Amino acid sequence: MKPTDIRDPEYFHKVVDCQYACPAHTPVPEYIRLIAAGRYTEAYMLNWESNVFPGVLGRTCDRPCEPACRRGRVEEKPVAICRLKRVAADYKDDVRALMPQGPFPPNGKKIALVGAGPASLTVARDLAPLGYEIHLYDDQKKGGGMMRSQIPAFRLPESVLDEEVDYILNMGIHTHFNCYVSSMRELLAKDYDAIFVGTGAPRGSDLSKLPGRQEGAANIHIGIEWLASVAFGHTDRIGKRVIVLGGGNTAMDCCRTARRLGGEQVTVVVRSPFKDMKASPWEIEDALREGVTILNCMPPKAFIVENGRLKGVLFEHVEAVYDENGKRTLVPTGQPDTFLEADDVLIAIGQENAFPWIERDLGIEFGKWDMPVLDPITFQSTHPKVFFGGDAAFGPKNIITAVAHGHQAAISIHLFCMGLDLHRDRPAPTVNIFQQKMGVHEWLYDNFVVNDRRYAVPHVPEEIALKNRRIEVELGFDPHLAYKEAERCLNCDVQTVFTSSLCIECDACVDICPTSCITFTYNGEEDDLRLRLNAPANNRSQDLYVSDTLPTGRVMIKDENVCLHCGLCAERCPTSAWDMQKYLYQVTKACKIWEIARASVAEPV
Amino acid sequence: MTYLRPEIRHPESKRNALGYTRQYYEGALSTLCAGCGHDSVSGAIVQACFELAIEPHRVAKLSGIGCSSKTPTYFLGNSHGFNAVHGRMPSVATGANLANRDLIYLGISGDGDTASIGMGQFVHAVRRNLNITYIVMNNGCYGLTKGQDSATADEGSKNKSGHVNPFHSIDLCGLAIELGATFVARSFSGDKAQLVPLIKAALSHQGFAFLDVLSPCVTFNNNPGSTKSYDYVREHMEVTAALDYVPEKAAISADYGEGEVCAVTLHDGSQVILRKLANDWYPSDRIAAMKYLHETRQRGEILTGILYLEATGRDLHAMLNTHRRPLNALSEEDLCPGSAALERINAESR
Repeated sequence: MKPTDIRDPEYFHKVVDCQYACPAHTPVPEYIRLIAAGRYTEAYMLNWESNVFPGVLGRTCDRPCEPACRRGRVEEKPVAICRLKRVAADYKDDVRALMPQGPFPPNGKKIALVGAGPASLTVARDLAPLGYEIHLYDDQKKGGGMMRSQIPAFRLPESVLDEEVDYILNMGIHTHFNCYVSSMRELLAKDYDAIFVGTGAPRGSDLSKLPGRQEGAANIHIGIEWLASVAFGHTDRIGKRVIVLGGGNTAMDCCRTARRLGGEQVTVVVRSPFKDMKASPWEIEDALREGVTILNCMPPKAFIVENGRLKGVLFEHVEAVYDENGKRTLVPTGQPDTFLEADDVLIAIGQENAFPWIERDLGIEFGKWDMPVLDPITFQSTHPKVFFGGDAAFGPKNIITAVAHGHQAAISIHLFCMGLDLHRDRPAPTVNIFQQKMGVHEWLYDNFVVNDRRYAVPHVPEEIALKNRRIEVELGFDPHLAYKEAERCLNCDVQTVFTSSLCIECDACVDICPTSCITFTYNGEEDDLRLRLNAPANNRSQDLYVSDTLPTGRVMIKDENVCLHCGLCAERCPTSAWDMQKYLYQVTKACKIWEIARASVAEPV
Repeated sequence: MTYLRPEIRHPESKRNALGYTRQYYEGALSTLCAGCGHDSVSGAIVQACFELAIEPHRVAKLSGIGCSSKTPTYFLGNSHGFNAVHGRMPSVATGANLANRDLIYLGISGDGDTASIGMGQFVHAVRRNLNITYIVMNNGCYGLTKGQDSATADEGSKNKSGHVNPFHSIDLCGLAIELGATFVARSFSGDKAQLVPLIKAALSHQGFAFLDVLSPCVTFNNNPGSTKSYDYVREHMEVTAALDYVPEKAAISADYGEGEVCAVTLHDGSQVILRKLANDWYPSDRIAAMKYLHETRQRGEILTGILYLEATGRDLHAMLNTHRRPLNALSEEDLCPGSAALERINAESR
């Protein structure tokens, strides 16, 4: 294998699994260390720079970082990254002084953002400090988009959402709420320099062809519409027996909301097996804890309506059969159909994009699934002035993905408005690498690896939580628990940097490494090398760090897979050929938020 | 400073025949200097015992005084240990071995502990063919007292302060062969591929198994001009024979390629497979071994690998015709047969 080029910013970035997996590439270990140090304000600002909604995401994020967490590969469970983020939001001081301070000198450019969800708000946050005049349109009465209409208050209190939406709106954004944009043609006719579409995936899928759907319509609701109606106070009760169709997170939010609005016997019915359910495991867990029943392998066959009133739903039974390519088909088992009684049914089987307001003769090309044709890097549509982001760009994903889209679209819009090239002039990520050595055996980071298992977030007792849909179920970590959980982080951003010219091949690192990551051997092809290392190296998604050839003709090979970043290799190295260096990788944003915040903090981070 | 090693290990760690991972054979975190050769020897001992699937409670580690003699703390944390007076480990080991022949004895010593203060003890343990694996971690200096030349420092070797050693050195392997040791080998802490099988063979050997391991002192004797530095040893290593240790029952399937191959079966049924790299050298020819040792030394080379091996020698218990069972397994009547028995013994001497 060729020697690893550690000057490529992506090499060490990939070692920081959590950050690499985060669509917005939030510097996770860095903020976890700040939380452990009780520096919640700085932890919050580091998050805010990167993901814009730390308080919201600390409660609701899909957490792609956690399945990626290295800790989950060396013991049972990953670090509770998401809930640590919430700690930063809960215990921070007033952060407003650390944010860019308006009014910002205008740069003469005007942009329109359609939809006030996470993607548009991110664009607004990144561009407002640069002097753009920003007009934000939404048909709801407040900003937040799906964060407000689809996420129930018992998971995300309104005050938390308001706070983080207001940080952005108070930057001098021109808001046009209760205002549905019905024509892109009209919008284009106004004098905007660029238009960003962040309208999400607003249409809930229906089961319109199922018998009884029309007749029972009064008691059959589309999940996301029903959740929005609850959120805005239009709906405050539901029947005692509720069936929720679907197995995603919306279904979980529906069933849990139903439990709070009078649903006593709430049953979620999924057509696929449990293991294929799309809902996050922790959402399923919380629903089960609140007394919801989940039935699987039962597709609905018909809504049963008698005398114009919904009686229930008829289900058939299927089993999942997989062909040799792993493709799944649901095959009826022949078991007699099951009838479940219900007063109300909530359909939460998916969301779709819909752009009825965009005329198709404007030069905005639409492709497969009637989705806009976009440049995946710049988010620019085939109309140079029009950009898309969030669920509106590539279909329903999650908040953190929408934020990541927003950052990139903001850069594109800025480059476009400045007359620069959207690809060639895109800024590279910023990378800082800091030595951590303080003394012979002392490091700037807490290198000891604790054995603690994941700490559970305390909850409000169910009997209280179910009384009011506005009572937040999770209490969050207190500072003590947060410290304990933060200590579980392995500091994967503190990199093991090897300098081959210093190595005397004494084997000290090989002998000390708790997880046997390091091998000195003769070079070869990767397949061959992976078989010759001191420990099994079967995780091919993790790189091998290969040194230059050493005096004995061998090379140092480190399997990054289960390195604990404990620093013992560097501590036992007599020549400092191994060194622990903190690697801070940050995606460059249109506006230098972090630099502004850092300059305002008394003690530099 | 990190005093504790993290408890987390590789999730796919291999298990040996007893179901233990390598972790079960580890000891405390070393407090020796970073880069000390001794830590590598400790690592090799851990690896050898893990691969041999030795039950840790069957091992007794004995040592004297010195950097080397600290190391038993850093390996086999689940085994018995005895830290003796400086240079007196062989006597304690002899006593322990006579009392309980069922344990596996592992003596750890250094060049000072063996070739200086303990020389008088060492030579007698060798000539009695005590059943022990005796490892000398040899760095040619007194590391614990800031690096003075030891008795194994080569003539002309320069130490860190620039002083050149005027004295002739003691070659412990030559001495051991001369005194009748039945297993004599030399290796290098920086060459685990050679060291681990040598330790496995030594542990399986019944009789005095002597292993002289060149183990550089990274703090006081790793300078240019030293003949015990990492660089010097790597450049001047010569090997008698490539060695494979084949445990009992394992089928011999390795491809040995060119060169003359000889297999020596040890007392416990395991085998040492040697692919000779040197002409005129045979593992059980004491005179040829001495000659070869002298020749390489004259050339300024360091001869490593198995130097001499005699698998059929009688150990101390055989020579003294002792009881097959350890003392702790004998009954009080066996141990104190009474005045009648004493009378009988006394009568034999009259």
